[in-house]
Amino acid sequence: MQLSGNQIEVADVAARTAAVIASHAHLEGPLLPILHAVQEEFGFVPTESLPVIAEALNISNAEAHGVVTFYHDYRRAPAGRHVLKLCQAEACQSMGSDKVAEMVKSALGIGFHETAPDGSVTLEPVYCLGLCACAPAAMLDAEVIGRLDAEAVDEIVAEVRR
Amino acid sequence: MTPVIYIPKDSGALAMGAEKVAKAIETELKARGETARIVRTGSRGLYWLEPMVEVLTEKGRVAYGPVKTKDVRSLFDAGFLSGDQHHLWLGKPETIPFLAKQTRLTFARCGITDPLSLADYEAHGGLAGLRKALAITPADIVRTVTESGLRGRGGAGFPTGIKWKTVLDQVAERKYIVCNADEGDSATFADRMIMEGDPFVLIEGMAIAGIATGATKGYVYIRSEYPHAVVAMQAAIDVARKANVLGTAILGSPNAFEMEVRVGAGAYVCGEETSLLNSLEGKRGIVRAKPPLPAIQGLFGKPTMINNVISLASVPVILDKGATHYKDFGMGRSRGTIPIQIAGNVRHGGLFEAAFGMTLGEIVNDIGGGTATGRPVKAVQVGGPLGAYFPPSLFDTPFDYEAFAAKDGLIGHAGITVFDDTADMLKQARFAMEFCAIESCGKCTPCRIGSTRGVETIDKISAGIEPAKNLALVTDLCNTMKFGSLCALGGFTPYPVMSAINHFPQDFAPRPVQEAAE
Repeated sequence: MQLSGNQIEVADVAARTAAVIASHAHLEGPLLPILHAVQEEFGFVPTESLPVIAEALNISNAEAHGVVTFYHDYRRAPAGRHVLKLCQAEACQSMGSDKVAEMVKSALGIGFHETAPDGSVTLEPVYCLGLCACAPAAMLDAEVIGRLDAEAVDEIVAEVRR
Repeated sequence: MTPVIYIPKDSGALAMGAEKVAKAIETELKARGETARIVRTGSRGLYWLEPMVEVLTEKGRVAYGPVKTKDVRSLFDAGFLSGDQHHLWLGKPETIPFLAKQTRLTFARCGITDPLSLADYEAHGGLAGLRKALAITPADIVRTVTESGLRGRGGAGFPTGIKWKTVLDQVAERKYIVCNADEGDSATFADRMIMEGDPFVLIEGMAIAGIATGATKGYVYIRSEYPHAVVAMQAAIDVARKANVLGTAILGSPNAFEMEVRVGAGAYVCGEETSLLNSLEGKRGIVRAKPPLPAIQGLFGKPTMINNVISLASVPVILDKGATHYKDFGMGRSRGTIPIQIAGNVRHGGLFEAAFGMTLGEIVNDIGGGTATGRPVKAVQVGGPLGAYFPPSLFDTPFDYEAFAAKDGLIGHAGITVFDDTADMLKQARFAMEFCAIESCGKCTPCRIGSTRGVETIDKISAGIEPAKNLALVTDLCNTMKFGSLCALGGFTPYPVMSAINHFPQDFAPRPVQEAAE
């Protein structure tokens, strides 16, 4: 089960964040690996993690905040149970990725950067998955899917609602 | 002999169902009580045929594709373990015209070998370049790379050997090799393919770079959108370390080189070398002003050689076969081979490694087979989101750095996106500005503000608001972005925008008039 932000105790966040930091302390320039691991741990980067990280790396809270907010990958709130990324870059555009996106949006009843009210799925655009010769492409959680058509969209929608 | 079945696990093949096909083949083998060894490979790069399954028989390797799970039973029925006929039979893979016409130097093993078998790698010529590098001086390695004519395959086309020499000439207690595997350009997947399909060649290239420049630590910065490449590289590094290809005594020599994979976090601009360095240091991926050059003051302030995946992966074959062998391919100042990625609305999409010099038309029509939809080609974008849109009237342009520059374009990382005649070039120009606005690091004003103003102004043209005046404004804005931006994101966004305007003026005509005409 995914935790929602307010269900996590601050002290718990601090302890788990500290454990993540400890396992990355030996790296050069450890901030991005730490943030990836924190997101892996909590499903997002809790605001309460940032002062712990800042303290450990001897940077300011503002710097830690600045890095988290710079990168598209870091979530500030939990995602749905599934994350569906639809490629919207040029190669996929040439094969009708905008139409696929419309199909998915209307089937799920949400737009990009939104999570379904039942928490089943978060929909995101992505700019290139490197599947440009099998366009239009998507990534559902860790699974890559090429040559999306109406049938594939139906399967994806059924999968996330399961 | 026990048949060997090769099934790709390249992302592109997985996206077309390779995992399910592999399972179905295993199940079918069991059900029939047959034995065969299954080897998971990279992709040969013929994506319209993926999943392409190959069987090693007494007649050699025989390919079948595109294989769906529903075809598996009939393949066994037809005797595919002995390479027999079936409607998906393709014959010897090397005889498929798309492969037969290629010159595979960098991608020599991709799709053929087990990506994580070092024995397989060596049996197919791997490590020969590294052994030669260990036998000569660093200066001689750098000279070989310089003489090969290799230029940065990431897009800038800067002579690789000159960069290496700059790093070699620095005196420092620590130097770094950084591999830019933040392949964010749409239509490009060569880096992903080589990391998934032949990761040892990148490791070998980086180790040679380390020996040549005196760097002892290498980072591969891979974008997070490539999870399979991350896993493959990490696994290959572990294998290489155990076999002393990496570590404190490379192949028993006194040379040391260690490698680490770092994963990006979804910022396109980190493909720009200086923002990549900031990202590696744990900072916002903001572009740095140059000078100082990264070769002099790069990662953590130390001399750093930052090269694209394909540049580094081309080094082993250059060292192995010699600078002249590599240099003899190509034209003008573009020497060697280039892995061209044919993508988008195209019949035969995939990776085509060839010597520089083929014309754009040959690539799109003869090799790519025209559009997937069967409609006429309207435009091709060469070089990713920062590359120009070329109309078919420019299809005689040879694939060469200088020839493309002369036509106000660039070859970039050699990705080509094909669009059919339903493409709306105003929409494409708007997207270029929009993408720049989404991905701008915010450091310089022309890129940060110009991209947003660009979107607004193109929207006005689309709405028919003072179109002539606003077109002039976009042109002026592009000029400011081109000459006033710190890096290629803001500086090259004008390429797709202006090429769309110049080559497809009809798409920028006031919309209401266009609709009335329809």
